[in-house]
Amino acid sequence: MHGYRGKILRINLSDHTFRTEPLDKEKALRYIGGRGLGSKIMSEEVDPKVGAFDPENKVIIATGPLTGTPTPAGGRYMVVTKSPLTGTIASSNSGGFWGSELKFAGYDLLILEGKSPKPVNIFIHDDEVTIRDAGHVWGKTTTETTEALVKEAPDKAKVLCIGPAGEKLSKIAAVMNDINRAAGRSGVGAVVGSKNLKAIVVKGSSKPEIAQAEKLKEVVKQSRLKLKENGVTGQGLPTYGTAVLVNIINESGVFPTNNFQTTYFDKAENISGEHLAENFLIKRESCFACPIACGRYTKADDIEGGGPEYETIWAFGAACGVDDMKSVIKANYWCNEMGMDTISAGVTIAAAMELYQRGKIKDEEIDEGLSLKWGDAASMVEWTRKMGLRDGMVADRMAEGSYRLAESFGMPEVAMAVKKQELPAYDPRGIRGQGLQYATSNRGGCHVRGYMISPEILGLPEKLDRFAIDGKAEWVKIFQDLTAYIDSTGLCLFTSFAIDVKGYADLLNAVVGTSFTDAEVLESGDRIWNLERDYNLKAGIDPSQDTLPKRLLKDPIPDGPSKGNVTRLEEMLPKYYEIRGWTEKGIPRAETLEKLGI
Amino acid sequence: MVVTVRLFATLREGRDKVIQLELDSGSTPGDVIDQLGISQKDVAILLVNGRDGQMDQVLSSQDTVSLFPPVGGG
Repeated sequence: MHGYRGKILRINLSDHTFRTEPLDKEKALRYIGGRGLGSKIMSEEVDPKVGAFDPENKVIIATGPLTGTPTPAGGRYMVVTKSPLTGTIASSNSGGFWGSELKFAGYDLLILEGKSPKPVNIFIHDDEVTIRDAGHVWGKTTTETTEALVKEAPDKAKVLCIGPAGEKLSKIAAVMNDINRAAGRSGVGAVVGSKNLKAIVVKGSSKPEIAQAEKLKEVVKQSRLKLKENGVTGQGLPTYGTAVLVNIINESGVFPTNNFQTTYFDKAENISGEHLAENFLIKRESCFACPIACGRYTKADDIEGGGPEYETIWAFGAACGVDDMKSVIKANYWCNEMGMDTISAGVTIAAAMELYQRGKIKDEEIDEGLSLKWGDAASMVEWTRKMGLRDGMVADRMAEGSYRLAESFGMPEVAMAVKKQELPAYDPRGIRGQGLQYATSNRGGCHVRGYMISPEILGLPEKLDRFAIDGKAEWVKIFQDLTAYIDSTGLCLFTSFAIDVKGYADLLNAVVGTSFTDAEVLESGDRIWNLERDYNLKAGIDPSQDTLPKRLLKDPIPDGPSKGNVTRLEEMLPKYYEIRGWTEKGIPRAETLEKLGI
Repeated sequence: MVVTVRLFATLREGRDKVIQLELDSGSTPGDVIDQLGISQKDVAILLVNGRDGQMDQVLSSQDTVSLFPPVGGG
């Protein structure tokens, strides 16, 4: 088998047994790997109605056929499970070096089942698998855990772990790897915590075989050239990181401020990528085999570490009315150490600030020395740390995410979330295709299920009118389908700024020895999308949840360059359902599922 | 007439972040970048008052022109 290693490692945490199983290649090629194959296995093995923290839920850690190969930015893995935050199927993606190391150990996927009676770590060194007590690292931060466990493992082993937030079942907990890379979204870290699993340490010593080695060299050379010559991947991201977006999104008047109450932040310059690069950047960081190196390593006062990314800067910056980059860096640090999703954490604090503004959280309910006033940067950092530890009444509720926090204080409409997952850093009232994408994303509020910012703001691959309605359903479908494919290969989504559908087919074909056409690439994405949709419907996620917070549907943007607009979702949704081959109520038609072989 | 020009990312190298320009009436963003010595190929995103702009559109007094090199992320 080429690209794939041909082996699944299945670990039962209830009785600490494990076994390897052969990978079904036919199934693998239909669902590619990563997000697609992980979701397929979830659909076969986990009842969609199971509770996220029920031992019957499983965690599938899935690499793709290109993970750990010489393909550019081919180092990604996915954590697939049922989400405690959204109730949907979740697949959360991460880079760094852990995913490729799992491939080097000889496995395509790990399937984690059951629940350990006490906290454990899993150590994998090629064929040698051991399950060991984790008492000494339970309660420890990401850095403490990683530093302790590498001492117990072979040289250069890679560590994936959860932090205190995952142990305490925070619904916004992340799975961390290589200290500062995160499979951040949808609370996947809490599912790992619910199984009493603290960490997975991996060391491998062999590489995946390549079907057409000479052909791959040529295809990789072409791909790397495209990434180098592309202005975004060759210049913008390496120089400034993802934070370069702060100014363009703000200048366009779609930079959600004070929990989406306004969309232009007049202090954005202070939290911009340019400001970060000039004042706080220590070095750039790259993931496995990545020529882009968008990662940042920064320092503020006595705190240093990986990040912050654009979404993080926005969530702890404009969303909370904060313009102090040092505090953003510190809040990002605590998210990494506690193992929390930075988007959900920042947006949840923003929701708390609005609950305070509206009198729902009272002064006497707030911890001594802290406030929930817009722009109180020092308090925001401390709320982040306390949220990770569930320390205090308000922080404990924050750990449940913005929707449950706001609902508990009697004002759920304050949560800027879709399917209970916090929205990211683009106001869809001024980027209408992105609004349709948010509403229909299979894991709730999310920008990386179909990044419509690319055509609607950045002009890639071509510039669309961001306020237009016509044609947006078609664009959203193509972006969602292509993203599902990329997420399943093991490549980083950022390569899509430079590599086209044919380029993706060429990379897979050279590694695996297949003959995927452009149409088959998109069809595989369509198949994955419909499989996820089908799972969510069976889980009880009604199509009425394909919507946005009322504020984004009804309240026009009050000022700035996008003033006066709402999202107009209801004008795009019927067309989207139609071209997806779904009924007018949003249910995949039997012939659609049959055509895709689901 | 006076327009405000806002520069971002690498376009700031050797230039101010915000520049007030005195222009003849009928001037365009194309004239602005010529005056600042910026090559058109280095401008990937052009906004006029926060909306998508064109290099040949006629500017009005008090307009804000924002210029970006290729940027992306997410």
